[in-house]
Amino acid sequence: MAALPKWIKGIGHTFFTVLITMVGLLFVTFVIGRVMPIDPVLSIVGESASRATYDAAYRELGLDKPLIIQFLLFLKDMVHGDFGESLLTARPVFQDLLRVFPATLELATMGTIFGVLLGVPLGVIAAVRRGRWADHVARVVALIGYSMPVFWIGLIGLLVFYGKLGWIGGPGRLDIFYVDTVPHVTGMILVDSLLAGDMDVFQNAISHIILPAGLLAYYSLAYISRMTRSFMLEQLDQEYITTARVKGLSESAVIWRHAFGNVKVPLITVIALSYAALLEGSVLTETIFAWPGIGSYITNALLSADMNAVLGGTVVVGLVFVCLNIFSDLLYQFFDPRAQ
Amino acid sequence: MTPLLEVNHLTVKFLTRSGVSEAVRDISFSLGRERLGIVGESGSGKSVTGRSILRLIRRPGILEADSIKLEGQDLLKLSERAMRKVRGHQISMIMQDPKFSLNPVMRIGDQICEAYRLHAGAGKKEAREKTLAMLETVLIRDPERVFQAYPHEMSGGMGQRIMIAMMLIPDPKILIADEPTSALDVTVQKEVLEIMDALVRERGMGLIFISHDLNVVSAFCDRVLIMYAGRIVETCRADRLHDATHPYTIGLLNSMPRLDRPVEYLKVLQRDAAWDLAPGVSGIADEGDGA
Repeated sequence: MAALPKWIKGIGHTFFTVLITMVGLLFVTFVIGRVMPIDPVLSIVGESASRATYDAAYRELGLDKPLIIQFLLFLKDMVHGDFGESLLTARPVFQDLLRVFPATLELATMGTIFGVLLGVPLGVIAAVRRGRWADHVARVVALIGYSMPVFWIGLIGLLVFYGKLGWIGGPGRLDIFYVDTVPHVTGMILVDSLLAGDMDVFQNAISHIILPAGLLAYYSLAYISRMTRSFMLEQLDQEYITTARVKGLSESAVIWRHAFGNVKVPLITVIALSYAALLEGSVLTETIFAWPGIGSYITNALLSADMNAVLGGTVVVGLVFVCLNIFSDLLYQFFDPRAQ
Repeated sequence: MTPLLEVNHLTVKFLTRSGVSEAVRDISFSLGRERLGIVGESGSGKSVTGRSILRLIRRPGILEADSIKLEGQDLLKLSERAMRKVRGHQISMIMQDPKFSLNPVMRIGDQICEAYRLHAGAGKKEAREKTLAMLETVLIRDPERVFQAYPHEMSGGMGQRIMIAMMLIPDPKILIADEPTSALDVTVQKEVLEIMDALVRERGMGLIFISHDLNVVSAFCDRVLIMYAGRIVETCRADRLHDATHPYTIGLLNSMPRLDRPVEYLKVLQRDAAWDLAPGVSGIADEGDGA
């Protein structure tokens, strides 16, 4: 053991952590799925099936075996990429996930990019101009972001920008005549259309994504700007800021080079968490904008007791969280020499 | 000859919820090319005085003074932009604890280079060479390694030497040292003080040495200001501190334990409310220069 290089140990450790987390997550979701007072057999065979049909389906699903065996069988299939079939779509869950996750990924990424690009400077300005009007404006902007229900803003946005002004595309990811015109590579239409070099599709996709992504960006902006402000205030009180001023540096160098250099570190975690929250799929936004993402997929599956789909979705969401955590840890070490 | 620095009727107030609190109350002093100690207990206004000279009092603090003159030029009349050229370039300051006064996520070399490049307008390469030379001047054995290192990898003594290097690299005329050794081990204190002393003498700079340690100040400075409750209560020559006349100074001296004169009970300083208001003394012990 002792002979192994540090980085191999590090990778091994990370892998082990991920494994434990994922198995634990699956186990909890699996057990909840099995103990729910919904009969998975009935939802397959229907209310009017005969006793024999019911029993056959019961055995086929492996429900006669002990819970732990069922779980192990389920794990075995999952490792082989077999997430089972969805009752709702009558397709393999894996295929469904390949379709819905990129849609959410695209939306959440756009939302996070705009949220960070606007939220971070807003938070910094609010901290630097603490107690003055810029700070109050930032606070009101963030407060509205926190408190306005998305179904309201979303509908009003559609009404104004799509219905009245016609500046943007309506619900859905593309206008109907553009659907499936570019080859499916990543599943993210913005990327796929660029890869295919089809600017018409790209522009159309932008006009559709801009409002929902803008809304998600607003929500993450609200959170990110508040956190940036408080991190920034903490750093501006530190003695090394006085040092920087004593050197004769300009305020912008003091703020961006010195204070912000230290704010980056905790901010990474905040941004990763906010991104992860968006990747989980925002059901309301997806519903209003008819966005076929993972949030509405899992919700629909849950409402119709489609446990295979729920479990599959949970794996994806869990993996996303774990991966983002690992990624933010790595970035953390990159930006903070003390963590190396 | 005009003194290097002249502070006239400086008052610093802080507006708090419970009213106005005056940290420094109408003090005046001057500094030549000498080592001036400012001594006082916590809250006596010594650090605020140091920061006022650099105009680093920020809201809710308010700085009022007739003038703060650097070689005859009134710093209070300068724009913020012009003041930035004074900071670091003409007047510099070393702070108490290098653990907090160095930026934790920036390489030490970059922090020192930054100070030099800002005022000398030098290129990267020149700044790097100058920084390495400066690190050697403050007796750092392996400048190349320290240049690449981060502050948390340094000990307190090393950190303070780095601070000295960083603050002296633009060649200022005045150095304000705000309790530069209070956070250090006694053994390291002497080392750091000697380095600072040698550099200040060599360059013919003025030094304002802020401390609560009477022993260090009397051994290290030419002249001492004793501050109490935001006022200078006494000014005297450092080597004649023991002839001080103000009861507060005498009280401070009496409350210091001494190895060569052990006593059963140390005297406790008895404060007198009248000190808050009475004018300061500069008795027989003061033969202040520059004033």
